[in-house]
Amino acid sequence: MTVEFCGLELRSPVINASGTFDAIAAHRTFGDELLERFPFAAFVSKTITLEPRQGNPPPRLWETAGGLINSIGLPNRGLHGYLEHDLPFYARLPVPLIVNVMGFTREEVATLVAAVSAREEVFGLELNVSCPNVESGLIMGADPGETAALVERVRPLTSLPLIVKLTPNATDVPAVAAAAQEAGADAVSLVNTLRGMALHPRTGEPWLGGRTGGVSGPAIRAIGLAQVAEVAARVTVPVVGMGGVSSGRDAGALLRAGATLVAVGTESFRDPAAGARIERELGGGHVSETPAKAANSVFR
Amino acid sequence: MSRRTLAPFGRRRAPVAAAGDVGAYRLLRCADPGGPVPRPGQFYMLATAERWGAGEDERPLLPRAFSFLRALDGELEFLLEDIGPGTHRLAAVAPGEDLWITGPLGEGFAAPAEGTRPLLTGGGIGIVPLAGWQDQLRAAGHDAPALLGFRDAAHAAGATLLSDVQVTTDDGSVGETGLVTGLLASALDRDHAVTVYACGPPPMLEAVRALCAERGVPAQLALEAGMACGYGACFGCVVPTRAGYVRVCVDGPVLDAARLETALVAGAGHP
Repeated sequence: MTVEFCGLELRSPVINASGTFDAIAAHRTFGDELLERFPFAAFVSKTITLEPRQGNPPPRLWETAGGLINSIGLPNRGLHGYLEHDLPFYARLPVPLIVNVMGFTREEVATLVAAVSAREEVFGLELNVSCPNVESGLIMGADPGETAALVERVRPLTSLPLIVKLTPNATDVPAVAAAAQEAGADAVSLVNTLRGMALHPRTGEPWLGGRTGGVSGPAIRAIGLAQVAEVAARVTVPVVGMGGVSSGRDAGALLRAGATLVAVGTESFRDPAAGARIERELGGGHVSETPAKAANSVFR
Repeated sequence: MSRRTLAPFGRRRAPVAAAGDVGAYRLLRCADPGGPVPRPGQFYMLATAERWGAGEDERPLLPRAFSFLRALDGELEFLLEDIGPGTHRLAAVAPGEDLWITGPLGEGFAAPAEGTRPLLTGGGIGIVPLAGWQDQLRAAGHDAPALLGFRDAAHAAGATLLSDVQVTTDDGSVGETGLVTGLLASALDRDHAVTVYACGPPPMLEAVRALCAERGVPAQLALEAGMACGYGACFGCVVPTRAGYVRVCVDGPVLDAARLETALVAGAGHP
């Protein structure tokens, strides 16, 4: 089940979605068994920013129909804290490390890419472009021109694989993906969460401390599949597909839609070892039903 | 004394051995053969193996966090109240069904401060983590009296799960009328050489925190927060401390009260 991705052979196509698995906290909880049975073929760390961030005020979560809305706000130690405290632990993981970074200006992203890229523990970088460029006011990943300008700025700063994590909250996601590839991205990953909202059941005010949040989980599976298929048809670089993957069947669907890797997010909240289970189900050619029965089960 | 037992990696099946009512609460006992012995104050994420999801409003999806009540001979006991889609489904499980469990999780209670006696204070379903802790304290030779507050007689039935209890109810149907924090204030005025261990709704915990802070009494609070994962992955269950946000699931659920400016946390408890 090994798969080649940006010049590296991975044991399987199953990795984690950024921000959905804190290997350091998981090691505090599960001990070395986590390292012995690490559930992903590569590890994508949580978004880091130049400066430390506390994240959004609680409440940060709302369980919605078949999904989860989160408004976490990217808490992290900042670049310096990450390199000092987090990276040495991640280097102990038995799989390659991909570091996710985000900046509020192109220069911030450039600083992050250069600094992270200089560390030999790092296999690749993922750019979180789901945030506003404070200089233009535009969400970087919502606009092909913004995305291209960002990738062009940072591409010369690293020889490591550069993955652009696309936001689904864009008018034309394939156009953004094409712009990223044109500007030198080695891969694209999608979907990030879709913007969503919940109201306090008594007061009617927004429930989440950040007012709105991002929806993930089975609720967005069909949307992720459609966007992955569209993007894979548009670009030639590898695609990392995600969106509500809960089983080998879901992962297999994304691979058939053109993804090279699939990422597991919310399902890891339900089961810390979900990635390993999905990997097994994929490896076993997991189908829960015969094709004929599956077709017949639609609307039955 | 360590406050944390490591959890086996991943969720595991736990057959339900018994389910029954304790007044307004539901007590579940499940088998966890080979599972590690948890520390009082630690918790587990629970879901049912079947029909978890597609209930009211297509929920529950995520597992729910529960302190264990007691852990004995390869079995775990949990107490819950049917107040939402997750607890509703769990309240309906019967022997023969399986739970998915992940745990034990988080950091439990720490020993009483030097020269102090333990005093337990619980409100409603918050009595749960205190039961196993009281067992352990008593086994270590402490008196560990418990002051417990409930809404009414149906909920006060939960007091039978602990020993050496004094009970208050909001409606006066059992024990004294009023809030358990009234009992606590009187107890602390008589004797403040204690370490307070408290669990309950946020307004109660905040009252406990303030009472103890005023008197310089050390207190450990077992907090609750909505959480998706229970092992630090989602960053959803944060509470503010004097040193910034911490995750209830990995840094708690038991926190030294001195770390908190307030135990009133937005989104904690029940909306």
